[in-house]
Amino acid sequence: MSASKSVRVEIKVNGKAVAAEVEARLLLVQFIRDVAGLKGTNIGCDTTSCGACTVLLNGQSVKSCTVLAAQADGASILTIEGLAPEAGDGSGEGAASLMHPVQRAFHENHGLQCGYCTPGMVMAVTSLIAEAGPGELDEAAIREGLEGNLCRCTGYHNIVASALAAAREAGVAVARTGAGE
Amino acid sequence: MIPASFEYVRAESLDEALALLVEHGDEVKLLAGGHSLLPLMKLRLATPSVLVDIGRIDELKYVRDEGDVVAIGALTTHHDLARNALLSRHVPVLAHVAGQVGDPQVRHRGTIGGSIAHGDAASDLPAVVLALGGTYVVAGPKGRREIPASEFHLGFLETALEPDEALTEIRVGKWGEGGWGFEKLTKRAQDWAIVGVVAVRREVPDGAGAGAVAAGSGIGVALVNMASVPVRAASTETALADGASIADAAALADADCDPAADVNASVEYRRHLARVLVRRALEQASR
Amino acid sequence: MSILGNRVLRREDPKFLTVGGTYVGDLPLEGALHVTFVRSTAAHARIESVDVEGARSAPGVVAVYTDADIDAGPVAPMGFLNQAMKRSFLADGVVRYVGEPVIAIVAESREAGADAAELVVIEYEPLPVVVDPEAAVSSETMIFEGADTNVPFELQFPEDPALFDDCEVVVRQRIVNQRVAPCPLEARAAAAEMVEGRLRFFASTQGAHGVKETLVAQLGLAPEDVHVISPDVGGGFGAKGSVYTEELVVGWCARALGRPVRWSETRSDSMVGLGHGRGQVQNVTIGGTRAGQITAYRLNVLQDSGAYADIGAVLPFMTRQMAPGVYAIPKVECSTRSILTNTVPTVAYRGAGRPEATAALERVVDCFAAEIGLDPAQVRRRNLIQADAFPYTTAVGTKYDSGDYLRAFELALENAGYDDLRAEQARRREAGSSDRSVKQIGIGISSYVEITAPIAGGEFGAVEVRPDGKVIVRTGTSPHGQGHATAWSMIVADAMGVALEDIEVIHGDTDIVPRGGGTGGSRSLQLGGTAVNQAAGEVVDRARELAADLLEADPADIVLDKAGGRFHVAGTPSISRSWRELGAASIERDGVPLQAEADFEYPGATFPFGTHVSVVEVDIETGQVRLLRHISVDDAGKIMNPLLAEGQVHGGIAQGVAQALLEEFRYDAGGNPLTANLADYSFISAVELPSFETAFTETPTPLNTLGVKGIGEAGTIGSTPAVHNAVCDALAHLGVRHVDMPATPERVWEAIQSAGGSPTESDTETATGATGPGPGA
Repeated sequence: MSASKSVRVEIKVNGKAVAAEVEARLLLVQFIRDVAGLKGTNIGCDTTSCGACTVLLNGQSVKSCTVLAAQADGASILTIEGLAPEAGDGSGEGAASLMHPVQRAFHENHGLQCGYCTPGMVMAVTSLIAEAGPGELDEAAIREGLEGNLCRCTGYHNIVASALAAAREAGVAVARTGAGE
Repeated sequence: MIPASFEYVRAESLDEALALLVEHGDEVKLLAGGHSLLPLMKLRLATPSVLVDIGRIDELKYVRDEGDVVAIGALTTHHDLARNALLSRHVPVLAHVAGQVGDPQVRHRGTIGGSIAHGDAASDLPAVVLALGGTYVVAGPKGRREIPASEFHLGFLETALEPDEALTEIRVGKWGEGGWGFEKLTKRAQDWAIVGVVAVRREVPDGAGAGAVAAGSGIGVALVNMASVPVRAASTETALADGASIADAAALADADCDPAADVNASVEYRRHLARVLVRRALEQASR
Repeated sequence: MSILGNRVLRREDPKFLTVGGTYVGDLPLEGALHVTFVRSTAAHARIESVDVEGARSAPGVVAVYTDADIDAGPVAPMGFLNQAMKRSFLADGVVRYVGEPVIAIVAESREAGADAAELVVIEYEPLPVVVDPEAAVSSETMIFEGADTNVPFELQFPEDPALFDDCEVVVRQRIVNQRVAPCPLEARAAAAEMVEGRLRFFASTQGAHGVKETLVAQLGLAPEDVHVISPDVGGGFGAKGSVYTEELVVGWCARALGRPVRWSETRSDSMVGLGHGRGQVQNVTIGGTRAGQITAYRLNVLQDSGAYADIGAVLPFMTRQMAPGVYAIPKVECSTRSILTNTVPTVAYRGAGRPEATAALERVVDCFAAEIGLDPAQVRRRNLIQADAFPYTTAVGTKYDSGDYLRAFELALENAGYDDLRAEQARRREAGSSDRSVKQIGIGISSYVEITAPIAGGEFGAVEVRPDGKVIVRTGTSPHGQGHATAWSMIVADAMGVALEDIEVIHGDTDIVPRGGGTGGSRSLQLGGTAVNQAAGEVVDRARELAADLLEADPADIVLDKAGGRFHVAGTPSISRSWRELGAASIERDGVPLQAEADFEYPGATFPFGTHVSVVEVDIETGQVRLLRHISVDDAGKIMNPLLAEGQVHGGIAQGVAQALLEEFRYDAGGNPLTANLADYSFISAVELPSFETAFTETPTPLNTLGVKGIGEAGTIGSTPAVHNAVCDALAHLGVRHVDMPATPERVWEAIQSAGGSPTESDTETATGATGPGPGA
């Protein structure tokens, strides 16, 4: 290929191939939002600090504001919308029970308020749990694992509780010690 | 948030990348993981006109056992380094520090080569390689050459890389016996170090003379963000080699550097931190 | 059994968790143009020339505007502020802070706008820059020529020179309550379009009706020609209670161009665009007896209002209202002055004037305790207003509705294990006397009372039972994370006996909700919740009459079976009418929906209170502070939903901790911002915080039927001084008396250095003229 200001990319977003000719400078987050039309992934900063744009790229959490769409050509992206497609937009009857365990944990532990950091936070937690071995995640590990995801509403208290609950369900939380649980 | 417009080209091999560097001259930048470059471009603090994406050159993603040395491909991500068994066994300090870079998302994309070639004195990995006395392998149109870590970083965001060269490999000696310490002070977990310290104490394995250490390579101490480049605390190293106590040697930690003041720290505070953190890192390393 | 008081999970959640919210930037506006603002890079300068030709001819650019092009504005400050300090939509010849919008570029795409912005050339002739508010007081530089003052607002009261004459001990302290950035995770955004001759405006706001009023006034439109919608809002924290000039420009552009227009700012823009919070310099004096009775208190406030006379200039009136805090202090004086500087204007930020009052008082109570050698807990215990004193009117005339301060205080100390903490501290100090690497702990207490729903104004609520049995609730409040849809549903479910899932809550649309005061000042539940409760009660009354007609009985004999959601004659439950039947019957029989609208009349403010205890660990060698524990006991009257209330407290604590330890928006002497993005500004993360230990006591207010007060800001107000006091406490044995916030590693280290380098400089005086015990001694 030769250097060009526009690039033809095909990215699998939530299992569906999305192909487009895009500007080389288009960020993955903008591809997801404007080309694929999925608005769940948010933008909260311009310095790779806040993690609101976190999605999974080939299974790993990334900040989609710091990846060019061109770099993601041929990759598989998972966004909040693809985590449990059977739950739809959450409005259907029993949708809560169809959610992904991480989504459900956030609901059950009041792990969100304004919702803006939530998609990124849920994807970051999903990645953290996927990468953890049995018994690896305790509160400290979860807090450190979320160092790149900022939230202004919850004080992180219930986000950490949500992540711990989901980690328990996935069998990667540290064993209960009894006291202090 | 929107980078200035540029041309993009993807290199499928190292040779192709090197050819593209020659073709596009001064205006080109290599794009590895992009976690040093893209943030600057989004704020338009960097405006290269051509980006050569080397992120898919799999031949530069590896951690290899090469006898006394561990060789690391420049495009290996921080995440992969942190979890690499070979590295954890032979150069645990590097695996540990790679696991501390940025946050998990950054570690999934950011590469050791990108971090080192970017040349930010506030980043941790160059100091680790410096403390370990490592070597950088670079490739260019004139072939391959090795640059000692101590000669690689020349100034703020300035390295010994020629415009047509690419960093391809990082080589560090195997650990043998010994200890290491890594200390960094940040305001927030995700921040760059206000001051960071890497201390390594290497005991050459049996056969090369137990207890005897090669000159200058017994204890390495390097400082993060204490000058425009990563620096060794040479006075501390010398004092230790001369038999000084850790406390006395650490008191010299800031003797060989020239820190700047910024929003987080005055020069005086940085110098103080260097002394405290060097002492702590040495204490860890000697445990 | 009532649903109120239960941990009901949020009804809002599933959408946010599955497809994400719909924020302004997510709205599909077909063919919308993008607005990009070119902002001032100078802190104070005359605009010599502006060259927009390059931008105007750049690809994709539709229009480029300077203030001269805009036939609206300037915006006058609130009536009681200095009226010479008007603000035009775009800078009008003078820029007054870095970040002030100068040029608006309207382009076909975000990218085209960003590229064109690079082509604008503005030449500035520098004017003297005033950054430090204390320096601004005596500065010759006028930020508004023609105003002849830099003071937009002040509350000055005569000082009694004898205020402290009968005190045995007087302690003075200068305290900086630093400027911080509110940082809602969604930065500002707006969109506008013309629909059948009306302006439809989408706002990321804490109150659609306030935005509508401002648009009507500033664009010169008829109220019926403006329709404001606030979709999901990604946090506000007070700073989205203001309407910004950029939003006015967006509305103006949509009308001028006749095309949909949108604007979503970047975070870097937001850091110098969204208003900042706090920003006070306080001179505080406290006096009393050696036995620990506080008898006199004086607070002088200098408020940094930034470059324009925005809401920040006014907030000190609330600092004054709350100056005496939780203590029965016989003599209190508080004067305030707001001052312009060449910085981002200050606005409301979670607590908005009250955290500053608590921070000043709680810090000097600790200084006072240290001076007389008493435990700070003991001094508080001695001075708290007693439970039987309510309603209580303070020395500055604020009337507290209800409270039991001692109960919350003792519970907080008990939950913290206060005595054990002091013992651990003593052990660490002992160990640290020979080894500086031993980390020291500090314990900080803060007892607070704050004012919620502080601004007079009622709230609208409406409840309608549709023929299909669905219940539609309309509210004038404007949730952006607080969970009103859940809480208001609970209120309606409790009052009417309908299932939560049959209730829909509508807010933030000025065409559907006729009026509303929005959400801010922790007003929503006590005013909006009560309005909804009132409307639900009226619907029940109407339904009862309707059921009586249908069942041919006397309304007085009709009872509502809340468990089944049916009305029947007392004693004969088998013959009944359901809500659905009544909703349908109302339309069929009377031709009107079964509904009621209520305007809850403002009954006055309420005063939540509590005590927070904080435990920090300080690395004496590096100055680094780590928060180990934070224990809160808050009392906001009856708790509607503990899950939501805790969530509010958690978020408030985190922001309060952030101010105490990390966050500060800083400028250099030339007015250049040093912390204008999230890499440089220390927005607190999960790693710097522990899980919190929260608890509530419940002392109902008599001012509304639900017995509720506000809980939105209490966490922030209570936490900051507790953490701040804990840091100072950890250093006390080293001779450090006070460290200003934020207690960053460098600042803590410097405080230790200067305390160790020379004898502690004492700002304390022991009154020599005191001849007898002070009052209450």
